[in-house]
Amino acid sequence: MKAHFGAFASRFASRFASRFGSLAGLVILGALLAVLSPDFLTLSNLMNVLNQVSLNGLVAVGMTFVILTGGIDLSVGSILAFSGVLLAALLKRGTPGFLAILAALALGTFFGLANGAAVARFKLQPFIVTMAFMTIFRGATFVFTQGRPITGLGDVGLFASLGRGDIVGIPWSGILLLASLGAAVFVLSRTVYGKSVYAVGGNAEAARLSGLAVRTTQASVYAISGFFAALAGVVLASRLDSAQPLAGQGYELDAIAAVVLGGTSLSGGRGFMIGTLVGALIIGVLNNGLNLLEVSSFYQQIVKGSVILLAVLADRMK
Amino acid sequence: MKLEMRGIQKSFGPVVVLKDMRLEVDEAEIHALVGENGAGKSTLMKILGGVIPRDSGEILVDGRPVEIMKVRDAERCGIAIIHQELSILPDMSVADNIFLGSMPRTRFGLVDEVEMRRIAAETLARLGLEVDPRVKAGSLGIGQLQLVEIAKALIKKARLIVMDEPTSALSDREIERLFEVMRSLKVAGVSFVYISHRLEELFAVCDNLSVIRDGEYIATAPVAELSFGRVVAMMVGREIGDRFPPKTNKPGTVVLETRGLGRAKAFREVSFSLRGGEVLGVAGLMGAGRTELVRALFGAEPADEGQILIDGSPTKIDSPREAMRKGLALVTEDRKLEGLFLGFGVDFNIGAANFPALGSAGIVVPGRLTSYAERLVETLHVKTPAISAPASSLSGGNQQKVVLAKWLGREPRILVLDEPTRGVDVGAKREIYEIIDRLAARGVAVLMVSSELPEIIGMSDRVLVMRSGKAAGLLESDITQEKIMSLATGVSSS
Repeated sequence: MKAHFGAFASRFASRFASRFGSLAGLVILGALLAVLSPDFLTLSNLMNVLNQVSLNGLVAVGMTFVILTGGIDLSVGSILAFSGVLLAALLKRGTPGFLAILAALALGTFFGLANGAAVARFKLQPFIVTMAFMTIFRGATFVFTQGRPITGLGDVGLFASLGRGDIVGIPWSGILLLASLGAAVFVLSRTVYGKSVYAVGGNAEAARLSGLAVRTTQASVYAISGFFAALAGVVLASRLDSAQPLAGQGYELDAIAAVVLGGTSLSGGRGFMIGTLVGALIIGVLNNGLNLLEVSSFYQQIVKGSVILLAVLADRMK
Repeated sequence: MKLEMRGIQKSFGPVVVLKDMRLEVDEAEIHALVGENGAGKSTLMKILGGVIPRDSGEILVDGRPVEIMKVRDAERCGIAIIHQELSILPDMSVADNIFLGSMPRTRFGLVDEVEMRRIAAETLARLGLEVDPRVKAGSLGIGQLQLVEIAKALIKKARLIVMDEPTSALSDREIERLFEVMRSLKVAGVSFVYISHRLEELFAVCDNLSVIRDGEYIATAPVAELSFGRVVAMMVGREIGDRFPPKTNKPGTVVLETRGLGRAKAFREVSFSLRGGEVLGVAGLMGAGRTELVRALFGAEPADEGQILIDGSPTKIDSPREAMRKGLALVTEDRKLEGLFLGFGVDFNIGAANFPALGSAGIVVPGRLTSYAERLVETLHVKTPAISAPASSLSGGNQQKVVLAKWLGREPRILVLDEPTRGVDVGAKREIYEIIDRLAARGVAVLMVSSELPEIIGMSDRVLVMRSGKAAGLLESDITQEKIMSLATGVSSS
């Protein structure tokens, strides 16, 4: 009986740790920075963090869908860049902001679908497929822009506010992130589609034999990832009032790091969306704190890498 | 080598799997170890091989107590285990496979390829296997690989080799070859523990036989003093009759029919009909095409020739979803690989084949999944600590009931079962049989593949026997093990 209770208690503890371990890490990190730097816990700085986190956060929301099915998406940075320059080019030609944004999002989704089709239809390794498309999309971006940034996009309306505006002090980009996250949480936990995302990652063959639409699910998560990468591209272009063909390089790794720090398993089937927000916040807060403490950006990379390593190690320990 | 295992005890959590277990194997002896699935054979052999530690008891080699805690310890004692799933790396050469973990080195610490090939060729020749040690292991047949595994054991100076179901995928010729090798090694002083479900093989090659049941030692006797019936009675522990519920089926009209059904390289020309309210058994040896047949019916790997008729009208089934829409359900052979989401909750697993019905417009209605799963857990008496407990925490029998629950929730008209009681303990077996009978009584058509002849005979109204990918015959009455085996092997037993 006692052994039984012990097993139950330890299972409960490990479930608690897997759900809230990363949150505890974030709280500890925040507390540490609050003590070390008086500027950290000010409202304007926290809003600044939210603004900075929004880009990686948006990409990571899409990445979470992909990783839950046991896949990976390395092409998000390139999709972000192409969506950004397409948006910029359309705006330059006088296309209404609303339509230009829609076109950019459609393009990102379509690119994502290309990844998904290759993975689901031809059963290719997601790593290789998305790495190849990462290169192709980046090259396409260069061809499209002739390698030059597109600047001076105009300062009006919906487009401008996405990256720069705020409402009662809360940046629009942060609101966009939280709204996307809310929608993603709902889809994953409350819809048939969400169940099949988990099922495909947990055991694709069992899912297929249970009559779930395995291929459609596999293909669609890459489309979702492409959509969110494009959304991040729109926000970035708005924030910079320009689109760079080199934008988004390395974003895939930050997004993967956020997902993993959030407790989602790279082998698929296990994880949850809120963890990804926490993971993205950990990375954002860390960057912000190290900047406030005036740590050189060279050391920042070492610290960031070490934190990821420690987090994964802690995850293994429990 | 002379081996004694005494008083071996092993529990997994609260479940006792081995209780005061004994096993004695003499030098130069081939010793059969038999018992039903889940009796504890594999656990005992895993303890002997150092794969899992024992809780108590002792192991003696040549009369001296030895400590076996790791695989290396067992190897040092001269014990080698050849598992049912061979541990062959198909992309490495035969020589590499044989020497895996014990490669000879040159003076400079590099792998001594020349020496390795020489010894490998020598050892293979000793086993009568004429293959170049440089070829990739993946290019060899299963029978040859079985011999490569033995070579691997001999290289490690094994004096006792455990073979777990070595013949399940072998042809008759390969089996005979394997037996010759075993007999000649026996003359050289090597001992064997031989595990097989095929009793006739045990009688052909073994000297003595030990029976275990439900984790307990039952008896040991020379094979020459035993009969099939006696061994089965010892394994089961009671008369076979009461293992199965009494038959009360009243077959109705034909719901499923196949005409010349086939799938390239798997099976061909299979025609049968299945009526509502009957249990049609599908028997045959491993590799006879039974699993392939039922997977084709379910659209998992669709048939490419012939016809499937449902309620008399020809129909096409090319995906599991299509099959499910037509009222079919398939409980697969390997529940861990194909049936369950092991890390997920029991509720998720039970709902997995029916998610759309558990919500509206694609949105899962909170609580509906839970109550759906709870209702089925109650109907099938699934023992689970909580409705959301991971499926991996359940026993084999309860896991199997979860898979059944997943399908029964859909109320299928045609239930296809592939080895429904594999790895399930005797008690849960009886419960599963009762569930099958209840379904048949309600008019469900049941197609059941099984390798356990008593199960086939005890449960089926009629039996379809398959051999080498074809229907070998249909038994309608007076179904006996002998009749099934002679159809399955093509050799008449008289």
